[in-house]
Amino acid sequence: MLSRTADHLYWMARSIERAENMARVLDVTYNMSLVPNAAESEAGLWLPALEISGNVDAYERDYEEYLAADVIHFLAMDMNNPSSIYSALRSARENARAVRVAMTSETWENINALWLEFGQFIGQDLTKSGLREFCDWVKARSHLFRGVSFGTMLRDDAFNFVRLGTFIERADNTARLLDVKYHLLLPEQEEVGGAVDYYEWSAVLRSVSAFQAYQKIFSDTIVPWRVAELLVLRCDMPRSLHACFDEITTILEQLSGVRSSESKRLAGELHAKLHYGKMNDIFQNGLHEFLSDFIESNNMLGSEIQRTFLNAAVN
Amino acid sequence: MPKSASQFFDEMQLNAVDVRDIYSAYNKWLQNVPYQQLATKRAEAEVLFRRVGITFNVYGEEDGAERLIPFDVIPRLISAKEWAKLSAGAIQRVRALNMFLHDIYHKQEIIHAGVVPASILANSQYRPEMFGVDVPNQIYAHIAGIDLVRTSESQFYVLEDNLRTPSGVSYMLEDRKMMMRLFPELFRKYSIAPVEHYPQVLLNNLRAVAQPGVHDPTVVLLSPGAYNSAYFEHAFIAQQMGIELVEGQDLFVRNNAVYMRTTQGPQRIDVIYRRIDDDYIDPLVFNANSMLGVPGLLSVYRNGGVTLANAVGTGVADDKATYIHVPAMIKFYLGEEPLLENVPTYELSKEDDLQYVLAHLDELVVKEVQGSGGYGMLVGPAASKKEIEEFRLRILSSPSSYIAQPTLALSTCPTLVEKGIAPRHVDLRPFVLSGKTVTLVPGALCRVALKEGSLVVNSSQGGGTKDTWVLEERTEEKLLQGIEATEAITKNTKLVASVC
Repeated sequence: MLSRTADHLYWMARSIERAENMARVLDVTYNMSLVPNAAESEAGLWLPALEISGNVDAYERDYEEYLAADVIHFLAMDMNNPSSIYSALRSARENARAVRVAMTSETWENINALWLEFGQFIGQDLTKSGLREFCDWVKARSHLFRGVSFGTMLRDDAFNFVRLGTFIERADNTARLLDVKYHLLLPEQEEVGGAVDYYEWSAVLRSVSAFQAYQKIFSDTIVPWRVAELLVLRCDMPRSLHACFDEITTILEQLSGVRSSESKRLAGELHAKLHYGKMNDIFQNGLHEFLSDFIESNNMLGSEIQRTFLNAAVN
Repeated sequence: MPKSASQFFDEMQLNAVDVRDIYSAYNKWLQNVPYQQLATKRAEAEVLFRRVGITFNVYGEEDGAERLIPFDVIPRLISAKEWAKLSAGAIQRVRALNMFLHDIYHKQEIIHAGVVPASILANSQYRPEMFGVDVPNQIYAHIAGIDLVRTSESQFYVLEDNLRTPSGVSYMLEDRKMMMRLFPELFRKYSIAPVEHYPQVLLNNLRAVAQPGVHDPTVVLLSPGAYNSAYFEHAFIAQQMGIELVEGQDLFVRNNAVYMRTTQGPQRIDVIYRRIDDDYIDPLVFNANSMLGVPGLLSVYRNGGVTLANAVGTGVADDKATYIHVPAMIKFYLGEEPLLENVPTYELSKEDDLQYVLAHLDELVVKEVQGSGGYGMLVGPAASKKEIEEFRLRILSSPSSYIAQPTLALSTCPTLVEKGIAPRHVDLRPFVLSGKTVTLVPGALCRVALKEGSLVVNSSQGGGTKDTWVLEERTEEKLLQGIEATEAITKNTKLVASVC
């Protein structure tokens, strides 16, 4: 298929996934703000949301304090923030429009309708009760997008690039979420199992739809290292790093050809770490170090995919 | 003063009481449908069109401002008999125009015979780069949109031939899909000729004009991109044909061949259905500032490394200065009498015509030749005295740059407007496809001027579209078509099977 087409499809899927993850972060942060004593200050609560999005610098350029209303606006609706839900969905729709023929009409219409419906939220004050509905809507539209593309698209390269975008982005987002939360919590929390701890970690689980899974698998108190295990190594947990790389390596296998060899190697290396890795070892060497390395390697894989398939040079 | 609508020929109303035969069943149905129901259907159509994204872009506006071309829920009906005459006329015309294009870029016999003046070679749309270049099957205008208007029961005129990159066919197809969705009961009642196979016919023709020796040609559609006003149509047609929609940046030229950049490396291209004008297609030859084209494309094309549809240089045949000569071309090349008439046209290069036109400027339409898009144009009945006098001076300074035509009494068709159903002026653009054969599907883009009394059907000026129904008589002809369709399906199945 055309490199440009693959590029648009890949980024369309990444943008939608990004919007969904942003909505998940906003949703749990907002929930946490309803729990008494969850964080000592408004800033302590909302700054991590910015850190997960990796956009603290941009925020500090335009805003003064970490007020709930400002952070929510910045992450949800700010047109100047390239990672806001607004920007992500807009970019998804523009990418889709540029290659509407490469997907099924159902998929295209779904994304077009998403953008048209999004108009209802523009100009609304999301801090007043509207935030939950908004986040639910974003998540639901993202589910719908995956469902429609999965249910209607031919299993060809176009489909593969859509899925590739979804999982590269998701792996990045899950790793960031876990890193920020783990990094923040652990040094201070000597005693594990307190009420706040429970809320904080259950919120993290909920933000990746893993709360019920946790209960089902461990049926025990929520403890940070199990949360980490679930989100890093469990291959049956759909938003875990391992699950993402199961998909990514399979897809890269299908996009075979000499051109893909370096991407395949990078992905295989990461996959092996997740597939054969032991949680104990990871903790011993530091989870933060592991996650930072992972995020960096995942980015490198992204660049390699971009170079190999999407910006295909003449030769 | 413009004439009131009732003084025009109406596609439905014979007079205040009676309707034309072709509309009798439809009219009976329409009488029983309350206005509100039709308005609801129209609103439903608008929602659907917006969701599908059948919009055209307005340059410089935000995303939200992508516009819809208004869709009218009342169809234009044409009898199979009328259609047979129109389609034969359009085919005849396109055959002659293609022969003319081949001739004018080769031996120029029509000029030597004195049928067409040599001044045509000085037309800015004549491309000397094409002289002596052989194109497959000698076809230049693979897709031709012939604009027809009607003034009475029996009188149709060709207003214009569109041979460069004619657009609008997506509306023919989408309007039909919409009508079938909104009014399925009418499709059961009537025998409406199908148009849905247009993309298949087009693809077969495009494959047929690949250079000799190419066995399984790769066809692509070349578009200026998502910001072009007709982008929806480009995307739609490419999808319907199952071919890649490419932009200039996706293509490159190497060793006398054109390739596209794919995720698996370069892939050779054999036929380009291009929707970019000549001027922008190759910055090395034409407009050097064009970012839309492919550097080196024309050189490959001239050497027979790729086929372009439509060919480069077709503009010389649809220019207003050439239009006058089409009936003569038909006689010259085909030895036939033209089946469709031109609008009577005054050539201002002729002294008699010039004197007549100058004396009747307030009733005529005067157009500049070598131009398209209604720029240097005077619509006498709608112009002020000052405008007429200004235009008179322009004509006098260069009479041969102009032609003039009477203001045509375009037929009207019942249309759903604010106050109910009212007659509005319409035109008709069928699309003639040439390649393996010269054919057209039984349907057309029907444009309607939604403003009361307006004769301007362009979408940029408030025009809308209607579905066009060619009504077949239920005869064995239909049975035969059924058999052909089955054959086509069998053939397609084979194709798919061989790909898998």
